[in-house]
Amino acid sequence: MARYATNEFRAGLKVLLEGDPCSILDNEFVKPGKGQAFNRVKFRNLKTGRVWERTFKSGESIEAADVMELSMEYLYSDGEFHHFMKTDGSYEQAAASAAAVAEALPWIKEQDVCQVTLWNDDPISVTAPNFVTLEVTETDPGLKGDTAAGGTKPATLSTGTVIRVPLFINIGDVLKIDTRSGEYVSRA
Amino acid sequence: MSLHDDWRPTCSVAALRARAKLLAQIRAFFAERDVIEVQTPTLGRTSVTEPQIESLRTQCGAFLQTSPEHYMKRLLAAAAPSIYQLGPVYRAGESGRLHQEEFTMLEWYRLGFDDRALMAEVSDLIDRLLGPASYERTTYESLVGTVHGAPAELDLAYAEAIEALGPMRCFVTDYPANQAALARVRGDGGQFRGDNGHFRGDNADDARAARFELIIDGVEIANGYHELTDAVELGARMARDNQQRLDARREPMAPDERLLAAMEAGLPECAGVAIGVDRLVMLALGASGLAEVVPFADR
Repeated sequence: MARYATNEFRAGLKVLLEGDPCSILDNEFVKPGKGQAFNRVKFRNLKTGRVWERTFKSGESIEAADVMELSMEYLYSDGEFHHFMKTDGSYEQAAASAAAVAEALPWIKEQDVCQVTLWNDDPISVTAPNFVTLEVTETDPGLKGDTAAGGTKPATLSTGTVIRVPLFINIGDVLKIDTRSGEYVSRA
Repeated sequence: MSLHDDWRPTCSVAALRARAKLLAQIRAFFAERDVIEVQTPTLGRTSVTEPQIESLRTQCGAFLQTSPEHYMKRLLAAAAPSIYQLGPVYRAGESGRLHQEEFTMLEWYRLGFDDRALMAEVSDLIDRLLGPASYERTTYESLVGTVHGAPAELDLAYAEAIEALGPMRCFVTDYPANQAALARVRGDGGQFRGDNGHFRGDNADDARAARFELIIDGVEIANGYHELTDAVELGARMARDNQQRLDARREPMAPDERLLAAMEAGLPECAGVAIGVDRLVMLALGASGLAEVVPFADR
């Protein structure tokens, strides 16, 4: 596998750090006038999402990580793994663990196209589309005509996720939801 | 930024004005004190042997100077009075928020001064440029916690310790003897031992360089020495530097024979200091990096 030296470190570069795939967030050059040069580097661990900071002597190198970000269609869950398929016409599939899909799962249904991060062809994280449409399976009866901004009530979506919705929403309505904030946007 | 916009300066017009004012104030300060401005070449046949400073080399084999020190000392050895220089210097591979490969350095030499007298003058100049304030003093050992350890570990501890100083002006003094660079070295009691000010004591641990740095708001601003005047000692340090370069698989730098000859002819007792002018402009403006204060930054 290729290696990257500190002077090649850029935001977005994917590298292996302590065995985990990481994305470089920030690279700061630090050097006392007469002293050794260092690079103070911030990484996001792509498996855990945690931010790590490490200091390298300038000129040191670290191993590149074989990380790809792909659009993949959610097919189904077999109870243990969640299966995704490439959208490039190859029909290639990959199975993601519960940990890898944990953040996306409240929002996605079959056939939704997600961003999947693959490390050595293995999904390590799945990001839901920014906007999804989901059906309401349970909520208090809607108040007819109350389409103005007013109160909200809880509603359960087909994925089991509960969000706040306007009072006029009924069971069976299909809603547009922003997955980044987890908020109702509109009726789809 | 698209390539179409890439012609634009990285600093504002306000930063240009602040820089121009600061340069004028520096020149006025030295005019008042009868220190004369000199302009020595930025392109030389050799450069520094410093193990951690890389010089840029031109296609014809000349080196862009990393500081005007060697040329200025040759002027002093040839009976120049106290002198200053304000101009560009170059350091290969140094690029970041507080570094540019090409930057502006103010360097000056005071005949008959020692490091303490020069520190007083540095604070006078800084008061003029940034407004008056008080100056803390600390030694390298109390700042870093030790003078022992692998050079890279000490350098990292030093870099982190000066950042951690926070918003204050602080002189750091008494560097370990192996970080003397071109400063003279003195024994534990502050007494010079040996000829021309280099330490010949039995306990090298006690030896400290007559070197100081000024740190402002966690940023290295100035580096000064009570200058080494002994040509033999200088030759030995250059050889040691080159051994370190070889050990680190860096190219050695041919010793500057003209500087050695000038020191043999006689460098007068003096102290000298270099200041990063771009960093001063940055502090004067409260900017967060050099790109905001140099017209065209590296990147």
